Amino acid sequence: MAKLIARRLAFGVLIVWLVSVIVFLATQLLPGDAARELLGRYATPASVAYLQNEMHLNEPALQQYLHWLSDLVTGHWGKSLVSQDSVAAIVGNGVKYTGLEMILTTLIATPIALAVGSLSAMRSEGALDQVLSVLTLILVALPAFVIAIALVFVLATTVFHVLPATSLVGSSQPFWSQLEYVILPTATLVLAVVPYPIRMIRASMVEVLRSDYVSLARLHGISERRVIFRHALPNAIATTVQVTALNLVFLAGGVVVVENVFNYPGIGYAFVQAVNDRDIPTIQTIVVVLAIFYVLVNLVADVLVVLVTPRLRVGAAKATPRLEDVPLSLEPMA
Amino acid sequence: MTGAPGKAVQLKAVPLKTRGAVRELVSQALRMRRSQVGLALLVVIVAIAVFGPLATRYSPTQFVGLSFAHPSAKNWLGTDYLGRDVWSRFLAGGRTLVVLSLLSTLLGVGAGTLVGVVAGYSLRVADEVLMRFMDLVLAFPPIVLALMCVAIVGPAGWLIVLVVGISHMPQTARVMRAAVAQVRDLDFIKYAESVGLSRGRMLREQVLPNVVAPLTVEFGLRLTFSIGLIASLDYLGLGVQPPNPDWGLMIQENQSGLNVSPWPVLIAVLAIAVLTVGSNLVTDGFGRAAAGIDRRVDS
Repeated sequence: MAKLIARRLAFGVLIVWLVSVIVFLATQLLPGDAARELLGRYATPASVAYLQNEMHLNEPALQQYLHWLSDLVTGHWGKSLVSQDSVAAIVGNGVKYTGLEMILTTLIATPIALAVGSLSAMRSEGALDQVLSVLTLILVALPAFVIAIALVFVLATTVFHVLPATSLVGSSQPFWSQLEYVILPTATLVLAVVPYPIRMIRASMVEVLRSDYVSLARLHGISERRVIFRHALPNAIATTVQVTALNLVFLAGGVVVVENVFNYPGIGYAFVQAVNDRDIPTIQTIVVVLAIFYVLVNLVADVLVVLVTPRLRVGAAKATPRLEDVPLSLEPMA
Repeated sequence: MTGAPGKAVQLKAVPLKTRGAVRELVSQALRMRRSQVGLALLVVIVAIAVFGPLATRYSPTQFVGLSFAHPSAKNWLGTDYLGRDVWSRFLAGGRTLVVLSLLSTLLGVGAGTLVGVVAGYSLRVADEVLMRFMDLVLAFPPIVLALMCVAIVGPAGWLIVLVVGISHMPQTARVMRAAVAQVRDLDFIKYAESVGLSRGRMLREQVLPNVVAPLTVEFGLRLTFSIGLIASLDYLGLGVQPPNPDWGLMIQENQSGLNVSPWPVLIAVLAIAVLTVGSNLVTDGFGRAAAGIDRRVDS
């Protein structure tokens, strides 16, 4: 187990490092000089030269990369080129709001998926199952911002006016005093992520309910309720862990558009603002932070899956499994 | 198995030809209600997107009235935030989305298939290197990768095709690698190997026909995601640039007027929804048909 974690962690560090190389190389392609851009058109040559020196812009690319990487690792993320706020403050504030949204979404979506997926499996191929199948097909196809606009249309503007359409959350107030602004973004994300776990849990429950030991349990006269909750449902835990991880990874991209529909001040909103302003230090840092998030979620999910699957737990003790064997592919959707 | 093939190798143990496999898959998929509905939606909306620009009543960038005017005989769906005809902008606003989605999907699925087939068929160092590289691409959420590139290069069609294509590669490569690995150990492949068929012909003539079904399903899935992703970029203002008409951009431009006139937003939301839902319903039909075909081969 420790060996597995160590190997996964090493691989994760490698991924994050490669991401940092790619991000750095990509931003090196930018035309123009960051120092000149930062100081504006009327800067004196002396001040430009000073800032170029300060930002290590005169050094070769490798030196620049090493400076940037060591600043990144030690948390010296510099200042935004536009607002002059520190990038750490922008990222920290964004992570706080996006984290709240992700936690709420996961806490709401997972039980819904478990309930609906199991129900669908119990009525497998029945009318309810068919309706749910088409419904999830439609939901999974819709881009998150289309769901968001539909919710705004129905709940916040044209049809009913029960919820605020945007969330101009003041960062000076604690967010629990402004929960109504979180409702629509969270509802959107729940609807966007819930179809996939529903389908996965349904599939794994259908398989379990057809298995010999469930038949045996029924033949023993154990109540259907007990069969479901004690014997069948625990088998869906590994699937639930995997799809939850997958959804978290998806959310890292999904929040970008949804936060911008609602002007919700999370990391996705900050990212799009940085992209519009071509604020390179902020963009670089956010992309690397998201890569770290991706690696951590996958690592935790893999470990949890091994812990809740006895077959894999034994295997892990004997020999470190190949990387492909442990996780069912963790694919973000779009 | 890179030796020169015998001159006239006759392969008798091949169960499927590519064309036959495709035909069977299509006919099975189209027997399902959901594929029929999906295909109908898709045909209508793609026809509007492709031929709509030829049928506009006004130029999509022409100012024809006050902003957010309600529907009238002159402007069937009213006007947008700048007083342009919504119906004309709707007709003209889908072509770029459809074309870019199709191109990026072709690129991503093509490249992903190449990687997956090579990885699945060699299963050695090349496999390990290629699939680890795919893991690296997965660490970038697609929309984040796209936005980062747009920030650097600027919003250009070719860039969107390239980036969306790249973001599809890992999943397609995984799916195709698994599909190829399954076929690789079948008897007729071993037979073809034993008679010295070249690797290129092997992949093209023996392996490809047997992975057509998962490839088709994968293409459909990726197409749906491409449409969503590119429409999202347009919505964020980092795809098609104003004053050009575009469904995603229409939503963003007119969102503030939802209370005054919901039509410009609603028609664009509906268009994107019909496109993605249609594509996904057809894909699901193909997925079910493919599962049926696979089962038959196994038994």
